[in-house]
Amino acid sequence: MVDQGPFAYWVILASFFLALVLALLPLPEWLAWGRPEWVALVLVYWVIALPQRVGIFTALLLGVMLDVAEGAVLGQNAFALVALALLALLLYQRLRVFSLWQQSAVVFVLIAINQMICQWVQNLEGAGSQTLFFLLPAVSSALLWPFVLQSMRSLRRYYRVS
Amino acid sequence: MLVTLLVLGLLVADLRFNALRHTRSALEVIAAPVYWVTDIPSRLSDWNDEHLVSRDELLGRNGRLRRENLVLRGRSQQMASLQAENVRLRALLNSSALLRDDVLVAELIGVSPDPVRHQLVLNKGQRDGVFVGQALIDADGLLGQIVQVSQVNSRALLITDATHSIPVQVNRNGVRAIAEGTGSLTLLEIHHVSATTDIREGDLLVTSGLGGRFPVGYPVGVVSEIERDPGEAFARITARPSAALERSRHVLLVFTSKPAGES
Repeated sequence: MVDQGPFAYWVILASFFLALVLALLPLPEWLAWGRPEWVALVLVYWVIALPQRVGIFTALLLGVMLDVAEGAVLGQNAFALVALALLALLLYQRLRVFSLWQQSAVVFVLIAINQMICQWVQNLEGAGSQTLFFLLPAVSSALLWPFVLQSMRSLRRYYRVS
Repeated sequence: MLVTLLVLGLLVADLRFNALRHTRSALEVIAAPVYWVTDIPSRLSDWNDEHLVSRDELLGRNGRLRRENLVLRGRSQQMASLQAENVRLRALLNSSALLRDDVLVAELIGVSPDPVRHQLVLNKGQRDGVFVGQALIDADGLLGQIVQVSQVNSRALLITDATHSIPVQVNRNGVRAIAEGTGSLTLLEIHHVSATTDIREGDLLVTSGLGGRFPVGYPVGVVSEIERDPGEAFARITARPSAALERSRHVLLVFTSKPAGES
């Protein structure tokens, strides 16, 4: 709290905005299935790094934004991200001492849960996918986790967000 | 706990009661800047197309367009007299006059990031008179319908979305059917057509206008495959959408207006 940088809030906001843009960027059809869950990744990072600042309520707001932007049922991503934030809040102390690849494995599980909740709500709506391809984002997100972690961490240290 | 309840409440309100339409179109305004940013690459490539072309290329394109224009104008010469004749014949048959459609050109600014959800975001909204249920076409055929409108943007559902169905008829003989989306951009399924119905591969399906949502006579798709299994009551029919669902950047919003007979 002592050495709070002047742009602390803006860095968090900007990172979420960037994640939203990446989540909506049009991709070719063959890539679209494997799109990493950028918003969930950034959310998990902030929850692990600053659990006292980013938590369930942030997840709720972010999820509603994502729902509106994606045109999904209002509450689909909100539900999934809230569950994700809850799990990350329970796990953050352990996650911090894990090695990178162990963290990746946990991220895989977290994003898979996120995807399954989304899939479940989409099935309620009658628009679910017929195959297991909806789990591909969990794989790509887990593979990207080390890069996300490194870049977000250097960003956080540079701007002294705490 | 409270938040979880709140989220579940949101879900139920939206899914069951459709109660959040206005909230959603208000929130869409916040999402607009995100779409503006995601649209930058395609706008750059548009700008590139417009400003960095060689003279030869421009000349070639100009010539091609001129030829195409000539052909189209030649074809539409008889249009006026045919339309008048059509109106007279319809009057003889005591059926109502044909409607004339106006269109508004809209530009695509986003597609749904979720591959199972076939939705487009357009840069025209309530300001421009867009309304929910409006039909959307491109140069080759029907694309879908508007499902949600905000002040500056609107969201369209494609005919291939798994939750979309559209009443069609075979252009050759007027057999009616319903074409359902499958979740694949290149495939429509036609359900509940009995095995003895006269429908063939290559038949053009056009909108029938039944249901009152879509205007009559826009091409929807071409029948690509028919499987008649004697053991089953219905034929299994699939069609390929006519419109360039994954390629169109400029689309047309259809306003169905006054009868053409009067003018």
